[in-house]
Amino acid sequence: MVHAGEAVRLKREWCRPVDIIDRRPNPHGKNIENRRRVLERARGAVQKAVRDSVARGKIREIGQGNAVSVPSDALHEPTFHRVFTEGTREIVLTGNREFSRGDRLQRPPAAGGPGNGGGPGQGGEKGGAEDSFRFVLSRDEFLDLFFDDLELPDLIKREISTTENSVPSRSGLSNEGAPSHLDLGRTMRRSIARRIGLGRPKPDDLREIDERIAELEARRPLDAEEIEELERQRERRSMIRQRMARIPWVDPVDLRFRRYTMTPQPSTRAVMFCIMDVSGSMTERMKDLAKQFFLLLHVFLERRYKKVDIVFIRHAESAEEVDEETFFHDPRTGGTIVSSALELMRGIQRERYPSGGWNIYVAQASDGDNASSDTQRTASLLQDDILPVVQYYAYIEVSGSGAVIRGETDLWRSYRTIAEQNGHLAIRQVGDRKEIFPVFRDLFSRQHDHAEA
Amino acid sequence: MDQIVPGGASATPGGLLYSGNDWNFQIIRNCYDAIQEIADKELGLEIYANRIEIITSEQMLDVYTSHGMPLGYKHWSFGKRFIGHESAYRRGLMGLAYEVVINSDPCISYLMEENSATMQALVIAHAAFGHNHFFRNNRLFREWTDPSQILDYLEFARGFIARCEERHGQRAVERILDAAHALQNQGVHRHSGARKLDLKAEQQRARERREYEDSMFNDLWRTLPSDLPGEKDGPQDSATRRRLGLPEENLLYFLEKNAPRLAPWEREIIRIVRMVAQYFYPQPQVKMMNEGCATWVHAYIMRRLHELGRIDDAAYLEVIHSTSNVINQPGFEAGGGPSFNPYALGYAMMTDIARICVDPSDEDRRWFPDIAGNGDPVGTLRHAWAEYRDESFIQQFLSPKVIRDFRMFRLRDDTTQPYLLVDAIHDEAGYRDIRRSVALTYDPGTFYTEIEIVDVDLLGDRTLVLEHRSRKGQTLQPGDARQTLDYLVTLWGYGVVLKEIDSQTGEVITTHAVNPPG
Repeated sequence: MVHAGEAVRLKREWCRPVDIIDRRPNPHGKNIENRRRVLERARGAVQKAVRDSVARGKIREIGQGNAVSVPSDALHEPTFHRVFTEGTREIVLTGNREFSRGDRLQRPPAAGGPGNGGGPGQGGEKGGAEDSFRFVLSRDEFLDLFFDDLELPDLIKREISTTENSVPSRSGLSNEGAPSHLDLGRTMRRSIARRIGLGRPKPDDLREIDERIAELEARRPLDAEEIEELERQRERRSMIRQRMARIPWVDPVDLRFRRYTMTPQPSTRAVMFCIMDVSGSMTERMKDLAKQFFLLLHVFLERRYKKVDIVFIRHAESAEEVDEETFFHDPRTGGTIVSSALELMRGIQRERYPSGGWNIYVAQASDGDNASSDTQRTASLLQDDILPVVQYYAYIEVSGSGAVIRGETDLWRSYRTIAEQNGHLAIRQVGDRKEIFPVFRDLFSRQHDHAEA
Repeated sequence: MDQIVPGGASATPGGLLYSGNDWNFQIIRNCYDAIQEIADKELGLEIYANRIEIITSEQMLDVYTSHGMPLGYKHWSFGKRFIGHESAYRRGLMGLAYEVVINSDPCISYLMEENSATMQALVIAHAAFGHNHFFRNNRLFREWTDPSQILDYLEFARGFIARCEERHGQRAVERILDAAHALQNQGVHRHSGARKLDLKAEQQRARERREYEDSMFNDLWRTLPSDLPGEKDGPQDSATRRRLGLPEENLLYFLEKNAPRLAPWEREIIRIVRMVAQYFYPQPQVKMMNEGCATWVHAYIMRRLHELGRIDDAAYLEVIHSTSNVINQPGFEAGGGPSFNPYALGYAMMTDIARICVDPSDEDRRWFPDIAGNGDPVGTLRHAWAEYRDESFIQQFLSPKVIRDFRMFRLRDDTTQPYLLVDAIHDEAGYRDIRRSVALTYDPGTFYTEIEIVDVDLLGDRTLVLEHRSRKGQTLQPGDARQTLDYLVTLWGYGVVLKEIDSQTGEVITTHAVNPPG
């Protein structure tokens, strides 16, 4: 179908070359901003989904590669479109094996009413079919949404007081310094300015004269005029050489160095002590409540500190340091002596986590049982030894069943007295899984009076 | 397709272009040259200049989101699409296409770096030649789109919207964009013939002109009663309607021109959405042909490369494997349909046309007297690619053999009956029925919902009246219709009434009414 004239035109156009471009080095993530806007728009829904998903999972796994699903109405894009609800329509399908004309087929169970699958050609494109929308959130996004309005109490004040590390930070320029701190760009700029200002001859000038001299020298004998020129050129050459030697390429006055000063950096290490009563009176369910709480605290701390260590201490009559698995799953029985755990915690802290270099957090979970002879000792240990070195001490008391309103336990009573005098000891009671998050939020919700203080 | 032997000119044989899987830029260039020779000499393809860009799979996800356009303005809906693709991809539900090609001049094809050398060659044949030829030659694209200007226009649109966000705030811009996006399917001119966009002029439209238009007299701004008190209805009314261009099927156009409460920049944003929607308007109407064309071209070219000794057997096996994956049409029991895989149907029909041209059966001679045995498969296909859209192509060329090969059958779904009736299968009596029904599903009238603005109450509360002509049982999805009308109210600023009317009887089936908040 190509006509003659067209063919000529075609030929000409075929000569246009192809461009092959490697775009791989181009910036990626053109859609990061669009993606952020999606999160923004569905914020409420995503936040709820995030918090739901935290109710599952291991402490250390939280916030890693989290997928959440949100109901799609938050992001629904409505359009005008027809749906088939009644009447007749014709549908052509492929892959017929046994049907012949006039066969009657059972109507397939339609999803959500007759004809909701959409008519031919509009194959259920949009029509309430999308019921949820799945996100994979980065860890930061996840935690940002999760801890939206929470803050560590007294964080700033305490951080500065426990400052230990210093890091170098840029602070202008200086005339002297280590060669590795040389600011080459600035130095060369000054060098050029000085060379121009003092009229340092260019290497090219010298080369030109050298060439001319070589040319004249090669062409002997010379007439008088040329001899004179040779003399002149030689003279000029020696002058240029002198000048070049006198005016250096880079002079010490050109040098500029980047200056660093040491600025104190708040310590970004934290250790979190999880202390749990594992005596016979603690049921699996109560331990699970405690776990939820530890988990939240850990994730929360991890967002604020570069490095978070966790120490698991369990206790019954005596305390021991264990790993996470044992901590949560290995049952033990026996009576309860809380002070044993506090002593162990204090010992570990002194030995491995000196309070100068570490931010120290303690979370203790218990059902409130304690040997009555021990309560006094526990209280004094807490007040005199532990509270002065820790950032925050959270005590949660879990009860067996949410419905029972309990009286105050001895442990609770003595902690409460201490808490009244110490802002960074917080005590709460938790009876049910769904209370964990509210309690946590309650403990860490942003307190403006603190921030201003 | 094996029947087709190049007619006159034939590409020259040569040594292997590459071996193994690895590619480099020289290999790509050599493949391109070899492919171009075949496309030129044997197929006579006519293309826009090609630009081939190598990208990573992450970049490919970006490209997906924006219809393949390299730049777009910022909006959360693109982010939503991106997240959808991304999560499907990461979960392994979706492989990325090997290529994306866009209708622009130069024609940009994206190749993924993960592809093997064979796949790169295949993709070049598919996109840079097959799609490119289709974009350049198909009537719909020629009449409706201006590929030399689209990239510049998108650049302008992005800049404009970014400036609006700076000046008026992201929320204010989003409010307009959300509403305009909801209406973008009703934001195109469909029936007004060839109205090719002049996108360059669009960009250069001086802002003053816009302001001038705004300051001009507009009936909607009139606060005084009509100047002819006696003639409240009748001729004066219809004259006003005519002046407003009613009835109007392009809702965004009407709003851009006439919505009383919009600021100039808001009108411009509506216009941008409208222009982009108009640019993409032809694509769904030729999707099947476009993919069929590209697949047929790549299958032909790769076969010829193999015959000419330019690629080895292993590479050709990879081509066959990949092509047959692409053109797989699962039967209804395996979840296929009711819509066809456009690659499968397009490729099958085009292969069949080529067969009919070269080696027709008696049946073909009866059905296709014009082309059967004409000995010019490539020319016949080129003609079809240029002059048809999916609906007319099927109506014209869907042959009994293809219907048999796919084992198509037609179900009649009558909601008053408890069963579905098989009323046509792949036999002599059923071919035409099936063909008509398949063509109908590709009719733009079927997949676009046409809604018209028919009236606006100028003397009263400025309520806008819309009509959707349909029939009982085929009305708008009510929840979505309601939400979309909310968006319409956002732009219009006053109440809106949408009547759904039975196009046969003229009776009103339902009425949706939305009043402005407050």
